[in-house]
Amino acid sequence: MNMRETFLEAAAEVLDTDANVAVVLADISAAQLAFAARKHPDRVLNVGIREQLMMSTAGGLALAGMRPIVHTFSSFLVERAFEQVKLDLGHQDVGAVLVSSGASYDMPTAGRTHQAPGDVALIDTLPGWTVHVPGHPEEARRLLLESIPGTGRVYLRLSAQENAKAHLGAGLQTLREGGRGVVVAVGPMLDRALEATADLDVTVLYTSTIRPFDAAGLRSAVEAAGSNDVVLVEPYLAGTSAHAVADALSETPHRLLSLGVRRDAEVRIYGEMADHDLAHGLDAGSIALSVKEFLR
Amino acid sequence: MTTDIKTGYEDLPRLISLMTGDEKHQAAAESTVDVLWVLYDRVLDITPENVREPGRDRFLLSKGHGPMAYYAVLAQKGFIHEEELADWTSAESRLGHHPDRARLPVAEISSGSLGHGLPLAIGTVFGLRAKGFRDAKVVTLVGDAELDEGSNQEAIAVAGRIGMPQLTAVVVDNSSATHGWPGGIARRFEVEGWTTRTVDGRDHDALHEALTTPHPDRPLAVVATVERKA
Repeated sequence: MNMRETFLEAAAEVLDTDANVAVVLADISAAQLAFAARKHPDRVLNVGIREQLMMSTAGGLALAGMRPIVHTFSSFLVERAFEQVKLDLGHQDVGAVLVSSGASYDMPTAGRTHQAPGDVALIDTLPGWTVHVPGHPEEARRLLLESIPGTGRVYLRLSAQENAKAHLGAGLQTLREGGRGVVVAVGPMLDRALEATADLDVTVLYTSTIRPFDAAGLRSAVEAAGSNDVVLVEPYLAGTSAHAVADALSETPHRLLSLGVRRDAEVRIYGEMADHDLAHGLDAGSIALSVKEFLR
Repeated sequence: MTTDIKTGYEDLPRLISLMTGDEKHQAAAESTVDVLWVLYDRVLDITPENVREPGRDRFLLSKGHGPMAYYAVLAQKGFIHEEELADWTSAESRLGHHPDRARLPVAEISSGSLGHGLPLAIGTVFGLRAKGFRDAKVVTLVGDAELDEGSNQEAIAVAGRIGMPQLTAVVVDNSSATHGWPGGIARRFEVEGWTTRTVDGRDHDALHEALTTPHPDRPLAVVATVERKA
């Protein structure tokens, strides 16, 4: 099962076991949740293709004491209804678990309309959000379950790209240690970052939770490596976490290379995801070249 | 028209006059004062005692700009102290030109940006339903120009199709929508399956009757017509 299927199965289980949870949909994935909707007609709410209403409905549910899960493609979840995210959740001081699928270019033949590489940067303009970027379906499942208790605002970003193995755990996890630099791989970028740096003497850190940013984890990794060169490899807009790295290392002169989806141009190709990886310099080979150039 | 003399309504102009510095929104405040009074005086089961009960009625002020009438009614009904009105919008005050529920818990929603109250009300009805509170009323007050926002069209359609007898939308119509609503505002709601009433927004008995119109299986829209915005 991919991340989206795993999420939908886990959401149906949560609906069965937690009477406080409601799922709000805007047609996307409604067919997959039809059985759960028949079992829980008051708590599986499909408002049709109305993303503003979907997000406000989540706000209203939370105001009434429910724990809403809101799900659609990332471009519609975060971008189309952004003021509702800002006002009907954040400004109301209530929470929800927003779960996107589609990531940056999971639907490459769909073109720009179905791409939202700016989603995490947008959420990052709002205070108090937890942002999970799982790199494996089992991480997605675990992060969803961990997001249900409480009233926090959570963005869970699912992708069709994934790593071979799950790495369950909080904060920055050290997967390899080295002395020439520290590479931070986020979510689905891990396996390619490991491949790209296989012959380099660098520390490789992994996280599936990018907000809050594990500043202490980065500082201790930089200290252990004895190098102040940091490379971010993120599956959304390049540099989205650059400010978090700058804040974490504000006491330490350092250099930073931010890899991610290009900001300088709208890539207007269709093709496969691999074509987009190449176009954005996010395939293992391009990452290797970028890192070697940076550390030279 | 005002049959409730000496019940507190006559206090409202004085309370409103305690708040100054928002002349831009003066008209907005005055257009809503009668609807707000009738709601809190005769329609809603919301008191300072039950205001945090999970099954209470809800009032969502969507038209959050020009909230002087709202604050005045809340003060008159004992939800906030009258003394708070005089220094409203100061850094120390919890009363702003747009209400913030994190500062003022009696406000069910933080509002000011148009097009949020009715969609939030729908989510609140869904939530109360799921919690088993099927008798709590959810009333939201919107402006006629506010209906220009597409988010309200999304909400009107879904509430009408789903039913939602708990829900009431009060539209204070001071003819301020730029392009207007051919056939009248109530028609927008009727075609989506709402029960509708259009009444004089200054007539307390007419407002009370309209706001308590039986509407089994359907949401209720009350269009309260007031004088045209100057």
